[in-house]
Amino acid sequence: MMKGQNSEERARLGTVVSGSLNRGVEVKLDASVSVEDMAVGRYVAIEGEKRRFFGMITDVSLEIIDPRAAITPPDIADPFIAQVITGTTTYGKLRVLPMLTIGGDAASILEGPQPAKTVPTHFSEVKLASQRDVELVFGAEDEKRFYVGTPLDMETRVCLNVSEFVKRSNGVFGKSGTGKTFLTRLLLIGMLQKQVAVSLVFDMHSEYGWEGKTEKGYKVKGLKQLFPSKVAIFTLDEESSRRRKVSTDVVVRIGYDEIEPEDIELLRQTLNLTEASTQAVYQLAREFGDRKWLETVLNLTEDASKQLISRLNIHDSTYRNLRRGLENLRRFSFLIPRAPDNSVRRILEYLDRGINVILEFGRFEDFAAYILVANLLSRRIHAKYRENAEREMGGEVAPSHPLVITIEEAHRFLNSEVSARTIFGRIAREMRKYNVTLLVIDQRPSGIDGEVMSQLGTKITCLLDDERDIDSVLTGAAGKSELKSVLSKLETKQQALIFGHAVPMPVVIKTREYGSAQSYKELGFLEAAELKRKTEKDIEDLWAS
Amino acid sequence: MDDGQRVAEVIEASSAEFTAQCYKLDQAPPLGSLVKTKDKHLEIYGVVYNVETHSLDPGRRVVARGENMKSEDEIFRVNPQLARLLSTDFKVLVVGHVQGKSLYHYLPPKPASIHGFVYTCRLEEVRAFTQSLDFLSLLVDVRLPIPGDEVTAACLRYASQAHPDPQVFLVKAGKELACMLSSDAKRLNSLLKRIR
Repeated sequence: MMKGQNSEERARLGTVVSGSLNRGVEVKLDASVSVEDMAVGRYVAIEGEKRRFFGMITDVSLEIIDPRAAITPPDIADPFIAQVITGTTTYGKLRVLPMLTIGGDAASILEGPQPAKTVPTHFSEVKLASQRDVELVFGAEDEKRFYVGTPLDMETRVCLNVSEFVKRSNGVFGKSGTGKTFLTRLLLIGMLQKQVAVSLVFDMHSEYGWEGKTEKGYKVKGLKQLFPSKVAIFTLDEESSRRRKVSTDVVVRIGYDEIEPEDIELLRQTLNLTEASTQAVYQLAREFGDRKWLETVLNLTEDASKQLISRLNIHDSTYRNLRRGLENLRRFSFLIPRAPDNSVRRILEYLDRGINVILEFGRFEDFAAYILVANLLSRRIHAKYRENAEREMGGEVAPSHPLVITIEEAHRFLNSEVSARTIFGRIAREMRKYNVTLLVIDQRPSGIDGEVMSQLGTKITCLLDDERDIDSVLTGAAGKSELKSVLSKLETKQQALIFGHAVPMPVVIKTREYGSAQSYKELGFLEAAELKRKTEKDIEDLWAS
Repeated sequence: MDDGQRVAEVIEASSAEFTAQCYKLDQAPPLGSLVKTKDKHLEIYGVVYNVETHSLDPGRRVVARGENMKSEDEIFRVNPQLARLLSTDFKVLVVGHVQGKSLYHYLPPKPASIHGFVYTCRLEEVRAFTQSLDFLSLLVDVRLPIPGDEVTAACLRYASQAHPDPQVFLVKAGKELACMLSSDAKRLNSLLKRIR
């Protein structure tokens, strides 16, 4: 009965009876409305005396007017009595968090929804939000807004303002298997489609670029298949890409000379290095030079090593520990003494042309490779962007495309221990000054440094059930405790809570469909035949004009 | 609107209630039914709450006469004076009135006129009067010599028959009662059982 209503015949739910702005208002449900039809996270509109309020249901409760009636319950086996006491002796109550208001006068209608700074008067009428209400709040899909999903039990489209979205670093969170990857894929497509930013994706499990899999085992198209001309796939593992029949654009090789002591420091935990051995790395780098130290150290003979450590006064066990750790790097076949091509430059070339770059890790799915490569590349790319941004201030060059770097397992880079040192920690903090922002994807947000979390502009979170994770995601959000109950009640699939900079108010969405032929079409994908037709037409048009 | 059947005449009146004497012995309207009486300015509506048949002369008690009769009717045939010596009265609780064209569900400015005719109400009138259930508070709050809830229940059962869907009417009335008696679950329960 809730579905497909237009604004004129929205279901009335009840009236406001008490509450406060902080805790939300309480709404007594009409007798005709069953509590079982309600759901936390659903939108309601409240017709106040002077303005309309939009809010979200954050709790549903059962009330009884006289506690004695609970002790001697009326005979509800009798349908007549049951019917009479619903809504009178017993009734349902909602807690609604008012989030936005729209004033009644013309000026405030033009201004659009504003954050709610007060509550509606007593006995204001409460209705389910209509399609039009939702549209009014989230805006219709246009060149800046990307449709990400629908509110619970509604057909309206909730749109994310992607151009605002990319201005800050953002996060996608959720337990494993709740749809983070699907959501991220959608967000990447949104940014690509609206051309608000280029993306650099460190694709640990190789699921964004060419093809991904659903939990049920169906294949879904990746970005490259949908937008071949706007996406380039870089790979660290050519063989894996070839086996998967992925058409890659560039094979990335990293030279030993590109690895700096800072990179090793970040790998301390993964390579099982001691504090002393990471310090020794700096010493070695001073000794042999930033570009040569790794190759030299890896090729030292036993004797030469002994001489070296006595000269540099490094403890033997420290050196052994370090050497063992560094030997691990040899496993990575993408690391070679001299790289024939400068991968950073290649990536930047693509990014400058507005082409999104997805870096597949292939079989190098372990954290050491991921942390090393992501850091190393991002640091240089960020440096270039920074340089460019400074030259732009001097009026020399045009501003570069805003860049969004997507990293998975973000707590490995952004935990409080290393976040101060990694480039990602810096990007998250300094925000958009240099046109680079992050899209962090993580299943354990509590592992991420609180300072970084607080800087994230928009947070999109699927189901989380660890108390600490929930707390960390909701840090700083208005109506935290209310959102908490919404967040912990999300379904395990296809549902997400979005709040922050890019949406005017927190919203629970059923994620837009992704994976069917129809969904690809809606995202702008043209089948081969269609593409040919379009190209022919474009050429015709070109000649005609 | 034409009136229902003329059944009685007001013989005692106060602001909140009046007593009417039936023209025919034992022909009082049923308990809980809606009746009305009127004068030039007012139409007063009330609910029948107590029907009583007694001797007209308080000094003469009614005595049993049927020992050797074949039926009760024979008693009256053999003693035709009885119908004149006995009378059936009923008491009516005033629950509303019509003044001008408007219907009010509260007490009229003045009591019913003495010797005013009392009419039963036709179904349309009952339906019109019970569209609003505001009069229920008068019934629920009043203290009567007989159990008041019996009158309330009888009145609602009777009124429900005038509505196109009696069940819907009773549920609506039940909800109204549930609000009024929110602090007295026991009374509400027993009342609801009487009207379902």
